[in-house]
Amino acid sequence: MNLKIQDIRVPGPFETPSPVSDPPSGPRPGEEPSTIRKFLLSRGSSAFADRGFRWLMVLCACTIFGIVALIATELILRSQLTISKFGIKYFFGSAWDPVNGNFGALPFIYGTLVSSLIGLVIAVPLAVGVAVFITEMCPHKLRGPLSFFTELLAAIPSVVYGLWAVFVLVPLLREHVNPILMKLLGWTGFFTEPNFGIGMFAAGVILSIMILPVISSLTREVMTAVPHSQREAVLALGATRWEMIRMGVLRNARIGIVGSIILGLGRALGETMAVTMVIGNRPEIVKSLLAPGYSMASVIANEFSEASDDMYLSALIEIGLALFIVTIIVNALAQLLVWAVTRGAPARVN
Amino acid sequence: MTRQYKTSTAKRMWRTASNHIATGLAILSTILVITPLIVIFIYLLYKGASSLNLAFFTQTPRPVGETGGGMANAILGSGLLLAVGSALGVPIGIAAGIFLAEFGRGGKLANLVRFTADVLNGVPSIVMGISVYSLIVLPQKHFSALAGGVALGIMMIPTITRTTEEMLLMVPHAIREAALGLGVPNWRSVLSITLRTASPGVITGCMLAFARVAGETAPLLFTAFGNQFWSVNLNQPIAALPLQIYVYALSPYDEWHRLAWAGALVLIILIVVSVSLVRYVTTRGVLKGAS
Repeated sequence: MNLKIQDIRVPGPFETPSPVSDPPSGPRPGEEPSTIRKFLLSRGSSAFADRGFRWLMVLCACTIFGIVALIATELILRSQLTISKFGIKYFFGSAWDPVNGNFGALPFIYGTLVSSLIGLVIAVPLAVGVAVFITEMCPHKLRGPLSFFTELLAAIPSVVYGLWAVFVLVPLLREHVNPILMKLLGWTGFFTEPNFGIGMFAAGVILSIMILPVISSLTREVMTAVPHSQREAVLALGATRWEMIRMGVLRNARIGIVGSIILGLGRALGETMAVTMVIGNRPEIVKSLLAPGYSMASVIANEFSEASDDMYLSALIEIGLALFIVTIIVNALAQLLVWAVTRGAPARVN
Repeated sequence: MTRQYKTSTAKRMWRTASNHIATGLAILSTILVITPLIVIFIYLLYKGASSLNLAFFTQTPRPVGETGGGMANAILGSGLLLAVGSALGVPIGIAAGIFLAEFGRGGKLANLVRFTADVLNGVPSIVMGISVYSLIVLPQKHFSALAGGVALGIMMIPTITRTTEEMLLMVPHAIREAALGLGVPNWRSVLSITLRTASPGVITGCMLAFARVAGETAPLLFTAFGNQFWSVNLNQPIAALPLQIYVYALSPYDEWHRLAWAGALVLIILIVVSVSLVRYVTTRGVLKGAS
């Protein structure tokens, strides 16, 4: 069959079409198939290529599962030494003594949790405030530039934040902010000497700057997902603008806002470079927030390439395993919460 | 007679006052958020611009104590690592995105893949570095640029998958139906028509993943490891720009601090350009030929 597409004749715009009394049901016995059917039959079937293509795409999509499986297996495999030696007590011991082979991860868990908590406490009110401003109160022309700026904050690499923190933030805290905190809040025991600038509090502050755009952009997305009818209903009942925001928007979006906060927590837990540069690298649990500390990601970043024996390496990899499991759980929970409000729309961070 | 319900004046005054207070707090928090960003940018520009010169892009680091030198090997190293990472991450990511957008709409597998990709986006990059270390560096018994590139590629896959899916979903159905109506096979229609229509968006999505991964240091700490000298060997440790910035920032030498600021400025400019480009493409809807 050498039919070409130019050979097919279709009725022109002013010709009467052939009667439609017979539905197209294929050639009757003894009749030739129509021209178009002959043309399509001559092209051959693409079922094989379609199936192969689809199979290839499914394979590539399953590499995402493969990546998760790869990370999990490698981490579990390489931390067998410490798992078999210390068991679950590894996460409750506070001695970090690589020389004598005595390892305990409690100072790092404490450091990660406390610095993330400080970051959240500072970032959440600010982020929700920015989100409320951009979504509800901002003049329309400012909306684009403002959201662009907050997204730009999210795109700055961690190491640049760390660089700025080491040379600008830490002296600022040491000279101006920490003395005030020590004078006002020293009686609580959380802000006492010594004051190096570098410490848990500095890590918390830089973390708050870093997770702010995450929480803010997700909160904005969740707030815009609330249908306008809710806002209009509250306004029709005579509410002021703040009351409309509080009752009509925030109340409906609160599940999603909690989800975005948890997502910010997940990002703070795993943050490595900026925290490593300002946390002080001292594996001790101290009450004062101004004292140096150590976080899980920081100990891995600092000591991994210098781990001298297999037990040391295994201890560090087990910390990495704990970090992996915790961030997976936290992120999965946050994604579920945000999904519940936006109904399956992607929960993008950037 | 029905009673007239009237709010007290005090209550009314409190409601208007709280409205104003809330507006004020929102504006205050916005200012508090924008200020660090502007401060960081201005400080970076000020510190970085003074040390950014041609030598920065063309010379390798000088020994400690000597002035001058640059980060040419780090820039080349970053480029090489990103090339290896893109070769791994871009095809797989785009293919997974095609699956999510074209073949998996609403299916259980697609929802699971989407969820897993979002969760994988939040896994700390240092954990990825550890797994690539135990996968590639330990058997080979040396650090290499290949391991660093693989780590970066794995990090790119979830991001590219999600952005490709979003861009493909923006292509109107009429185009797909027209192609299928002409008898184009499904695979051909997806590749030559849908993907080509969405290609500006897909390319900018890849650029976004590129920019995000270009600034990552943690996975490179023990895969690519860093290198003081000029190297293009994939089997040797290699320098990378963010890695070099990290090492120099923590060093006690002023000359190295100066180089770190210049490197940070280069990194920020690259990222600002990519983010702005992505924003331009997605908000202007530059999907030519789509309607």
